[in-house]
Amino acid sequence: MTLFGYRVPMMASLLVWCVLWEIVGRLDLVFLLPPLSEVLSAAVGLVQTPSWQSATVTTLRAFFTGMVLSIVIGVPLGILMGRVKIADDLLGMWVNIFSSAPLSALVPVLMILFGFGERTIVAAVFLFAIWIIVLDTRAGVRHISPSLIEMARSYGASRRALYLKIILWAALPEILAGIRLGLIRGVKGVVIGQLLVAIVGYGALFETFSRNFRMAEFWALTIILFAFALLIAELIERAEAKVEYYAGAR
Amino acid sequence: MATGIRTESEAAGLATRSTRGEVGGWQDQPILLRLVSIALFAGIWEIAGRIPVSFAFPTFSATFTAFIGLIADGSLPLAYVSTLQPLLLGIVLSACLGIGLGTLCGLWRTGEWLLIPVFIVLQAAPVAAFIPMVTFVYGIGMTAKTLAVMILALPVIVLNTYKAVRNVNESLVVMCRSFLGTRWQVVTQIILPDASPVIFAGLRLGVAAGFVGVVLAELLITPTGIGDLITFHRSRADYAEMYATIASIIALSTLTLIVLQWIEVRVFRPETRGA
Amino acid sequence: MRAAVMRKEPSSMPAPIDPIVEVRGISKSYGSTEALRGIDLDFPRGKLTSLLGPSGCGKTTLLKIIAGLIKANAGSIAVDGKVVTAPGPERAFVFQDFALMPWATALRNVAFGLELRGKARAEREEIARHYIAEVGLAGFEDKYPHQLSGGMRQRVGLARALSVDADVLLLDEPFSAVDEQNRRKFQEDLIRLRSNQNKTFIFVTHSIEEAVYISDRIVLLSPRPGRVSQIIEPEIDRSGDPDLIHRDKHYLDTVQEIWQGLKQYAE
Repeated sequence: MTLFGYRVPMMASLLVWCVLWEIVGRLDLVFLLPPLSEVLSAAVGLVQTPSWQSATVTTLRAFFTGMVLSIVIGVPLGILMGRVKIADDLLGMWVNIFSSAPLSALVPVLMILFGFGERTIVAAVFLFAIWIIVLDTRAGVRHISPSLIEMARSYGASRRALYLKIILWAALPEILAGIRLGLIRGVKGVVIGQLLVAIVGYGALFETFSRNFRMAEFWALTIILFAFALLIAELIERAEAKVEYYAGAR
Repeated sequence: MATGIRTESEAAGLATRSTRGEVGGWQDQPILLRLVSIALFAGIWEIAGRIPVSFAFPTFSATFTAFIGLIADGSLPLAYVSTLQPLLLGIVLSACLGIGLGTLCGLWRTGEWLLIPVFIVLQAAPVAAFIPMVTFVYGIGMTAKTLAVMILALPVIVLNTYKAVRNVNESLVVMCRSFLGTRWQVVTQIILPDASPVIFAGLRLGVAAGFVGVVLAELLITPTGIGDLITFHRSRADYAEMYATIASIIALSTLTLIVLQWIEVRVFRPETRGA
Repeated sequence: MRAAVMRKEPSSMPAPIDPIVEVRGISKSYGSTEALRGIDLDFPRGKLTSLLGPSGCGKTTLLKIIAGLIKANAGSIAVDGKVVTAPGPERAFVFQDFALMPWATALRNVAFGLELRGKARAEREEIARHYIAEVGLAGFEDKYPHQLSGGMRQRVGLARALSVDADVLLLDEPFSAVDEQNRRKFQEDLIRLRSNQNKTFIFVTHSIEEAVYISDRIVLLSPRPGRVSQIIEPEIDRSGDPDLIHRDKHYLDTVQEIWQGLKQYAE
């Protein structure tokens, strides 16, 4: 998109929307939409409140715990499915089902099994993130050129050397892509988990704000959440770019 | 920032690639192995229920019995009638609007510049946070739930359509123009047919997202239909009934997606297009 | 013309001097397809033997069985008198599609065989550098495979196989994925390389010209199922200008005779 002969990047259009938001808010056109400036100042105020800070700590803690669990279990599981046919035959069906099923329906189950606290949220994050990590890891492992494996065997690689020096590296681009998608899903998991549990972390905050019609703070919280999701996705993309140089040459 | 487009459509690509054509994929597996897998799953569930993993964890057999019971007394079918309405409506609306917007953005640079970043953000971000808010404006009825479905389904449909239209086979477009095709003809005869497999894949993803939307709507807004059944049985500690309901919606979603995938492979024949 | 080419029928084959690899009764089937049937061969020490034949004759299968990468259904392989069933340090393999680790530099790729054997980093890099220069890639140690042409990538693969100092080098159609000019250059380089090293080479190819150009001994395999049909030892003087070999009478005659024999297998 060019404007007066200068190439304008795509994300710049978001600025246009922000301006639009400000105008709409000022004119009080939509009941629920305060002007952007109000939202931003509410955000600044919000991050200084202890309730937000403790909610953030709870949320982040649950998020990272759940993500670490899903990576630590998901990547080896994906490698297993990629290398061992029986495991793939038996588990593949379920991984596929759960990766596109409405997992939110399972959150009530998590709630009665783990209670109304942080453990449920961790479980929700884990549940949301793991399937895509397994699928992507498996795909990466399956796409490894067989002659690379043969080469390692022909030079006497032990099983450990094979997995650590060859398989993990060859599948790394897909594994990272899977983790990125897993992170995005994990964020959705933490939000949905907290919305449903509603007395923990951000869920509680959302509940408070919406019940009391504190829209500016509601939107502020939403923006902070969205920004967080996009930020971590961007970070992983940087990591993916680091291995990009060989992803294409495989 | 290519985050958004590379998110769910990639995920779909991997899910389908691993389910289509490769050894170990869905259609290739012998039925026997699949039945063994299901039996194993049921067996583990049964054992876990008997240990018991938790007082609130019924066995597979108890859940299955409850499921039959719910169908028999009509509460499950009735619940689905109520749930499927906003789901279907939301998906149909999302499909029409989504394909339209996606095509527009694919063909018109300014539209692309304006709209695509918004949808990228919507797809990557946890839009579930919006659902409670929807109730303020639209109350707790069908409108709110349909909107919830649309919030979740629309971005993925738009982005897939947009990607499909943008990545149309250039040489076919040039060929059409060389034979004096009008703009309209290029769009309808070349672009849309060439883009249709990916558009359909986007629709499939949209349906999956729609299921998420309707479940969330029913759990967050006000329970009717399936959500009502779930919360009702939970409050009465009828865990078997609750699990049965949840399993039924997951099963329904899975079956719908399998059917759509089957259609995609059969009707659109991506392998003959070099996809 | 006939006197220049010694043809030996398998049954009346006198034992060549000092075989380093002995193949006895090797058979391999994939389901109902018989890839190899009853292969008996000796590979003389220090010589370059080619396995030549049309597609489906099992030459790559045989090579991989010798390398220990595939298990035969029957028969045995002995290297230096000892029976082998798995890869070992006395054999090194060069792959048709190069099999380079795309995330590693040329230097690391060449040193990989030594890395797997636990050699210290400084030592293995020194050895690797030597062989990188040996194959003519000095200066490219820090390049990644995607920065190298096909011909250069295969040189890396060759250097890697040389670095581990194996007695037997197994090459699986190493030049088939390389363009024509580079291919010719490789063949010349291989002749030169052989005069520097006293290794044994077992070379799989489907190109008659290539086999006659470089080999001391050519084993012709016929397809479906793979069997040894002929063994030919072209008497070609390779000590002079490598270019002139293409016009050597013995070379041309041998190529012609082999072609007449293999023509029937062309589809």
